[in-house]
Amino acid sequence: MYTFSSKLKTLSFALMIIGFLGVAYGFLTTPSSVEDVKVMLQQSHDAHGSEASAHEVTVNEHGSTQAHEVDAHAEHVFHSLKNKPWSALYVALFFFFMISLATLAFYAIQHAAQAGWPVVLFRVMEAITAYLPVGGVLLFVFFVLSSLHLNHLFVWMDPEVVAHDELIQNKSGYLNVPFFLIRAAIYITGWVVYRNYARKLTLAQDNSTDLTNYTKLFKSSAAFLVFFLVTESMMSWDWIMSLDPHWFSTLFGWYVFASMIVSAITTIALVSIYLKGKGYLEFVNNSHLHDLAKFMFGFSIFWTYLWFSQFMLIWYANIPEEITYFATRFNDYKIPFLGMLGLNFVFPFLILMNSDFKRVPWFIVCAGIVILLGHYVDIYVMIMPATVGDQWFFGISEISSVLLVLGLFIYVVFSALSKVPLLAKGNPFIKESEHFHY
Amino acid sequence: MSSHYEAPIRRPLIDGDKSYHDITVEVAAPVEGKANKLWWTAFAIALTAFLWGLGSIIYTIGTGIGVWGLNKTVGWAWDITNFVWWVGIGHAGTLISAVLLLFRQKWRMGINRSAEAMTIFSVVQAGLFPVIHMGRVWNAHFVLPIPNQFGTLWTNFNSPLLWDVFAISTYLSVSLVFWWTGLLPDFAMLRDRAVKPFQKKIYSLLSFGWSGRAKDWQRFEEVSLVLAGLATPLVLSVHTIVSFDFATSVIPGWHTTIFPPYFVAGAVFSGFAMVNTLLIIMRKVSNLEAYITLQHIELMNIVIMITGSIVGCAYITELFIAWYSGVEYEQYAFLNRATGPYWWAYLLMMSCNVFSPQFMWSKKLRQSITFSFIISIVVNVGMWFERFVIIVTSLHRDYLPSSWTMFSPTFVDIGIYVGTIGFFFVLFLLYARTFPVIAQAEVKSILKSSGENYKKLRDRNHE
Repeated sequence: MYTFSSKLKTLSFALMIIGFLGVAYGFLTTPSSVEDVKVMLQQSHDAHGSEASAHEVTVNEHGSTQAHEVDAHAEHVFHSLKNKPWSALYVALFFFFMISLATLAFYAIQHAAQAGWPVVLFRVMEAITAYLPVGGVLLFVFFVLSSLHLNHLFVWMDPEVVAHDELIQNKSGYLNVPFFLIRAAIYITGWVVYRNYARKLTLAQDNSTDLTNYTKLFKSSAAFLVFFLVTESMMSWDWIMSLDPHWFSTLFGWYVFASMIVSAITTIALVSIYLKGKGYLEFVNNSHLHDLAKFMFGFSIFWTYLWFSQFMLIWYANIPEEITYFATRFNDYKIPFLGMLGLNFVFPFLILMNSDFKRVPWFIVCAGIVILLGHYVDIYVMIMPATVGDQWFFGISEISSVLLVLGLFIYVVFSALSKVPLLAKGNPFIKESEHFHY
Repeated sequence: MSSHYEAPIRRPLIDGDKSYHDITVEVAAPVEGKANKLWWTAFAIALTAFLWGLGSIIYTIGTGIGVWGLNKTVGWAWDITNFVWWVGIGHAGTLISAVLLLFRQKWRMGINRSAEAMTIFSVVQAGLFPVIHMGRVWNAHFVLPIPNQFGTLWTNFNSPLLWDVFAISTYLSVSLVFWWTGLLPDFAMLRDRAVKPFQKKIYSLLSFGWSGRAKDWQRFEEVSLVLAGLATPLVLSVHTIVSFDFATSVIPGWHTTIFPPYFVAGAVFSGFAMVNTLLIIMRKVSNLEAYITLQHIELMNIVIMITGSIVGCAYITELFIAWYSGVEYEQYAFLNRATGPYWWAYLLMMSCNVFSPQFMWSKKLRQSITFSFIISIVVNVGMWFERFVIIVTSLHRDYLPSSWTMFSPTFVDIGIYVGTIGFFFVLFLLYARTFPVIAQAEVKSILKSSGENYKKLRDRNHE
């Protein structure tokens, strides 16, 4: 049995408190009116006045020609700045939720594939998925708050915007608040139901003499994977693609999945290495870590493949209604947009190529931290350009949101770990997994 | 690999009470024996089809592409449909030998040799089409970036058709090398067993002096693993590049980002179906039922079911996004597929690809050899129509209604397609008589862990 160390518990509370304070600060420091933004913009112009930047010249031109445009610009900036703490929170909420969800998918795949090696890691995976109901409720609350117009993340939720936008009007059969919330509820419920059912079965299997629970788990995992294949795609359209309601890409759902699964496997590896370091997983050997690291390596390349496929095809055909998506990202987010390729592809590709390195815990931890950072940036670049545009920066709101959700994630995951034994001893492949050697 | 212990609930992969020697004898039997009447009949039919196709090709080149059913609007039809279809079929071989190796799937060992042979032979068929569909075949070498007398006139590296050249040629060469290295120990086995001097000579040449020393085996394993690691991204990239032929365009129905992974999934889907078709016959006629067991067929059916579902998910995604996009051309492209003049092709594609693999959820059906055989053919019909639908229905009605037209193939189009099927079977039938169709060296490596007799022995010891 694992005992949740008081040190780690304190850390998770500390993260939550610091994160909460930072998030609150982020919300409190947003400008309260368009007038404030005008003052702010004016101040920043004055500050840069002597430098006579190109940006300033254009704004001044606007100012001299039409006061109306200044108002429009100020209003746009106002909305972006208002959105910023919300978006920062949303990125963090989605990021940890997707880790948990994709862990569940990975877990189901291992059951359905009757894999022999990862059985000793099942309890770690189950603990990571314990965050799923918590994260699901938080996300759902977030969506309800968004639909109550507390923020402007999903512009299609704003009747005023829709009234002037024919493209969104045509999509309103799908993009409307009640249907959106019902869909979100269905996805989250479906995922959580499988998670709890699987957990129940695997615990029951520990004390049973026949394989009925195992067989049920096998079948329900296959059924879950079908449900997941469909709902994951739709979730990505709903929760992320609809932030840019004019843009569409058929690959998007699978691309999001690639980002999810690689982050999830990395998290499984990191938690396992932590627990092993504390002496709780003596049955996990470096061959198990080697396999996880191979998956991190392989799915990093897979993510890049899908990233490139989507980017290149849109860049190549250069059709105006699609290219805007990458144009904003390339123009306003150049460093994160291109930087994540280094973090998500180049670095893991070079580091995790070597077979010996993949057995060294600290190597996996280094690569894992970079991969997780990279995929946070990936989600950031998916969400932020649509909600805050060029008003982004990586500040207190962003860091605090991550800390807040990270603290919660650690608390939930490690509490779940401490509830049951760390070895799923009833699984028929457990002995194969304990003896696993590659 | 965990070779010391295997969970009792895993089913055996080699049926019956086999020894190493039994495996050798049974794998070598078709090569050492004489062809029967059935083989000669099949060979004669395949050869006739091949010659008919050859005639059609010569006629096309001699007379001009105009003998095909293409027109000014539909410039690609059967030629590229067949090309993509054959490339797709070829993917299963690499998938089985490379991806399943990476995933340590022992069941691949009974089928990988034939699956790879299928890859090679179908990529050869595929490779014909990019050449013969050219208006000026004799200038085909201009696609290669070779310094020349035209002031080093160069190729434009921006075209997916040029990427195709690199993709297909690399794919064929790597697959060939991968296949051949795997064959070395097996050729050596045939060499050592040969009694006639001619056969001895031939298999000595083919086996490159393999003597099976520890060092050789160690390097052999490492090379296999490295090649598998390289072949996996290769197999994904090759069909991805094939999909780029369409997806980089601006044609509604073609320009969509899901094509790369979806074409790959479709390729695996059709490829496994073809492997199933071939192996269900082969296990029977070559008496290899102990090595290509019902479990192998069932597992292939499961792969067909999974990839079929992925393809189905992609179809629905395309339909949804076409509606969601609000682009009327895109919406019309899909409306036209479903309700236009080629509705029957679309319906065939949907029913063969989306619905038929779903039957495999039933254990009874996926364990039925007859049913698997029928579905494996249905899938390949469906996948042919998938490519046909994507190519033709997107082309025959696009932006300008004044360019709308129809397409119907001529006997030459059909003749060439039939010819490639004939050529494929000529090669495959020759292969089945002269090559060790099961990787006996690999199968021997799992005999003691997964052989039925050894499993029973272990179970008894446990009790």
